[in-house]
Amino acid sequence: MTKITFIQPDGDSQTVDAENGLTVMEAAKLNDIAGIEAECGGACACATCHVYVDDAWREKVGKATDMEEDMLDFAFDVREGSRLSCQIKISDAIDGLVVRVPAKQF
Amino acid sequence: MAETNPTVSGADAAGPIETDAVIIGAGPCGLFAVFELGLLDIRAHVIDILDRPGGQCAELYPEKPIYDVPALPVVTGQELTERLMEQIKPFSPVFHFSERIDSLNKEADGRFRLVTDAGTEFIAKVVVIAAGGGSFTPKRPPLNGIEDYEGKSVFYSVRKIESMRGHDIVIVGGGDSALDWTLNLAPVAKSLTLIHRRDEFRAAPHSVEKMRKMVEEASVRLLIGQVTGIEGSNGQLSALDVKTASGQEKIACTAMLPFFGLTMKLGPVADWGLNLHENLIVVDTERFETNEHGIFAIGDINTYAGKLKLILSGFHEAALMAQAAHKIVYPDKKLMFQYTTSSSSLQKKLGVK
Repeated sequence: MTKITFIQPDGDSQTVDAENGLTVMEAAKLNDIAGIEAECGGACACATCHVYVDDAWREKVGKATDMEEDMLDFAFDVREGSRLSCQIKISDAIDGLVVRVPAKQF
Repeated sequence: MAETNPTVSGADAAGPIETDAVIIGAGPCGLFAVFELGLLDIRAHVIDILDRPGGQCAELYPEKPIYDVPALPVVTGQELTERLMEQIKPFSPVFHFSERIDSLNKEADGRFRLVTDAGTEFIAKVVVIAAGGGSFTPKRPPLNGIEDYEGKSVFYSVRKIESMRGHDIVIVGGGDSALDWTLNLAPVAKSLTLIHRRDEFRAAPHSVEKMRKMVEEASVRLLIGQVTGIEGSNGQLSALDVKTASGQEKIACTAMLPFFGLTMKLGPVADWGLNLHENLIVVDTERFETNEHGIFAIGDINTYAGKLKLILSGFHEAALMAQAAHKIVYPDKKLMFQYTTSSSSLQKKLGVK
């Protein structure tokens, strides 16, 4: 199991144990993390699972693909660490990952 | 029936269109409902807010593979839509695209009157709501107070270019809608600023090229950044706050056009007096009928004990719905259960015999 921490805009944080191979969005939905809507169910088609990857983790998590960048155009307040959590696969390499949930999804 | 043109649309028909069934939504379940109703001689008109069939399969994931449609180990949303369109061809459904059913009322004779936002009217014996997650509507940027400006100085579409003349226009987005309107409105605007979060655009390359040329000629300003706040009063915008790489900037704006794609909203369905549970229409599992006799709901938009939002479940619901619809459309006809494999009458309808 891999640990992932979700930090809410108010600072509240929740650490969950997630199975490798799932996506960060799926881990969030399984654990009822507030603020991750995932309207399209993980098809990279809606930008409502937007998260900010913590600075320390950005390199390990990697960059968004072109398709994901296009979809991030539909997200609100996109920053350098912005990713769609449905496009981040969970593996040992990101054990301990910290992501921030934005104040608003579209 | 003289309904040979499968894509009649618009409000040009004289008087209401009388039909057996109106299907709201041209996603996979709505399309398959045409088939199941067609086998029972029930003719259908299909209305969808999108400009093409497929619903979410077309709008959200045309290229994505679906793995749980029986007998198709893998199929894309686009291909599934195309196959369904092929399958329902023998029943010549009439499609009304880019329209939304806004009102639904019961007539004195027990039939239903439906009117679209374009004014097209239908009189139908049964109504099948196959509206999925609701109707696709433009995404509203989550800016405080934006609701007050919508329709007055914030627009998600433009009907008349002239109405934009002399305005300080700001267009937000990087797709085709944003670019097309930038090119079209720049000539009438007092000033036009295109705001996008990055200096890369999803829009068609030739539109992007034209836009860049206009930026060079200074008829359009391109600002890389994101809108964070709006200013104005009584619905009239005066300025926008924009966060850019170099800091915060305030720009004059009297008309803003945000293009952030589409989202699904239940929409007018909520006002038709149907029993809802958490924005889903409550149906029984024998007929998939709502609390209003003659109005059915199938696919993602309905709910019942054990409901699964799967395309295959919607197909099953369409088949049972059609049996119940038959009793309403043909109250005096006895329905004999038949298989397409062996029934010569069904095969005749399908045009294979």
